[in-house]
Amino acid sequence: MKIVICIKQVPDTSEIKIDPVTNTLIREGVPSIINPYDLHAIEAGLQIKETKGGKVTVITMGPPQAEEALREAISMGVDEAYLISDRAFAGSDTWATSYTLSKAINKLGYDIVICGKQAIDGDTAQVGPEIAEFLDIPHISYVKKIEEIEDSFIRVQRLMDDGYDVVESTIPVLLTVVKELNIPRLPSLRGKMAAKKASIPRLTKDDLDVKEENIGLKGSPTKVKNIFAPQFKGERKILQGDLEEQVNELIQILKDLKCQ
Amino acid sequence: MPIIIKIEKCTGCGQCTDSCPYSAIEIKKEKAFITEFCNDCRLCLSICPEGAIAEVAYRNEPPLLKDEYRGVLIFAEQRRGQVASVSLELLGVGRKLANDLGVELSAALFGSSEKEAKELIKWGADRVYHVNDPSLDSFNDEPYSQILYELITRYKPEIVLAGATAIGRSFIPRVAGRLKTGLTADCTSLEIDKETRNLLQIRPAFGGNIMATIVCPEHRPQMATVRPRVMKRNIYDPKREGEIITIPIQNIKSRTRVLFSINDSSESFVNLQDAEVIVSGGRGLGNPEGFNMLRQLAQLLGGTVGASRAAVDEGWIPYRHQVGQTGKTVCPKIYIACGISGAVQHLVGMQSSDIIIAINKNPEAPIFNVSTYGIVGDLYEVIPLLIKKLKEAKQ
Repeated sequence: MKIVICIKQVPDTSEIKIDPVTNTLIREGVPSIINPYDLHAIEAGLQIKETKGGKVTVITMGPPQAEEALREAISMGVDEAYLISDRAFAGSDTWATSYTLSKAINKLGYDIVICGKQAIDGDTAQVGPEIAEFLDIPHISYVKKIEEIEDSFIRVQRLMDDGYDVVESTIPVLLTVVKELNIPRLPSLRGKMAAKKASIPRLTKDDLDVKEENIGLKGSPTKVKNIFAPQFKGERKILQGDLEEQVNELIQILKDLKCQ
Repeated sequence: MPIIIKIEKCTGCGQCTDSCPYSAIEIKKEKAFITEFCNDCRLCLSICPEGAIAEVAYRNEPPLLKDEYRGVLIFAEQRRGQVASVSLELLGVGRKLANDLGVELSAALFGSSEKEAKELIKWGADRVYHVNDPSLDSFNDEPYSQILYELITRYKPEIVLAGATAIGRSFIPRVAGRLKTGLTADCTSLEIDKETRNLLQIRPAFGGNIMATIVCPEHRPQMATVRPRVMKRNIYDPKREGEIITIPIQNIKSRTRVLFSINDSSESFVNLQDAEVIVSGGRGLGNPEGFNMLRQLAQLLGGTVGASRAAVDEGWIPYRHQVGQTGKTVCPKIYIACGISGAVQHLVGMQSSDIIIAINKNPEAPIFNVSTYGIVGDLYEVIPLLIKKLKEAKQ
């Protein structure tokens, strides 16, 4: 079974701050991590390999430094990694990203493609299903349990807003996974050694069967028009007096709102 | 559209090189040459004294006839035969957009409920495309993608909206991929740019730390998913009339099959999004036991308990209680924030609540910026007293 896992290197969004003067993101000193959901995708791939045999390949699209994320994946035990990187890919939105990744996946060959549910920097959850569309294979989102897996079919539990569905699909298939699926393993010592030594091939636009007009900024239907700091409007009425008086006023407010 | 140099006209004067804000024009062998850094900003077109810079259409791709696309279409999601509340909210924002554009608002409903099709009209749709087939009662990506794709190519709406729910977020990307158009996830605000008729799609990014306005200027339809509980519904009008077009399905193949659905709402799902009162706790609680106090308060007020990401990350309360960018977006009548400092990631998930009451020790906490009423004080003094007085008032 050939398993391809798509990961993304993201800034740790819980560490991001806004410059109050310029209203821009302060990205300096913000650590880069593997998108947390993608760690569960890697774990899922490794577990499938352990039961069914095969090979686990991890890919990422990004700038040259995204190679760090691939090395980390190798230290967890994946067999090989490819960096999809080219200046021409810069500025890709979800459409162009999915298109480019699908071309790479096609080139590498696959039975199962696994992605994290979403990346924590964009939170779109779109790239997984869109890759499946470009590969013309089915997908199942939010996989929380793999019940059964055979050479040509898979049965999983899909997390929904009000419960879960049991879904079957033919293979090849693309899965997007949620945190409930598994607990990602830590890198082993042997894995860390392998990660240090591994050579990570780079795939550029010339290596992939991509059309110029479909990649990067040009291939992206959506454009960012502007960014701004969130605006909040509160009346900010701070209750005065001692504790007793404040609580009495609060109770009056709740009463006026017919809340008791 | 790409920018090209007409080599025969270019004199290599270099004026374009100096004017390009992206440094994307180089002079090679006395001719200008556009590099991969070009952003299609078109500034150089007016600079060249020889008229040697031109814009050309992509090969193999006829220019999109944007004007062929008219109207707003919402995807009316249903689960177990009942239209989801987010669909009614989509009709609310869709109505406003359609009015601004002077076009019709339609809804696409999949599944066998004819009653729900009529309801959509009363909630504001002018027309409902009802793909009436029991096989669509439960959600399956493959047929849903195929049918919505066909509806869009047939009726050509300029805007397509869906809920940012498990269903919408799973299959709408496939449809956008197939249509080769843009899709903006999780929008919190939608407006029309009157000049261009473009849809301005506003969404949080980087964990809610920043807001971005996204446009899809050259492709149609413009597609977006919208977070539940952010948009307001229209007023229900039982006399409202509209057209229901029933569409039969044919030749739908699916490589996926939904065997059954487990409704888990009773146990492990907290109904935060339907609650009228939410009492939420954050890091300021200091320990998991603090939530017992909040539960008591919530019970007295007929509400439910929420939490900030900090409290969930500490392991004090399960994730399903989390309010915020990576949790649930809520819009209760009353939101009481206890010991929550108010990180942006939390604020984007609760700022549209009708009344926000904040209790926090730190008078500078950002939570007070969104609050209607604030109490600066120790929550372990304020809340027990509040509970005591509420109990007394009940008796």
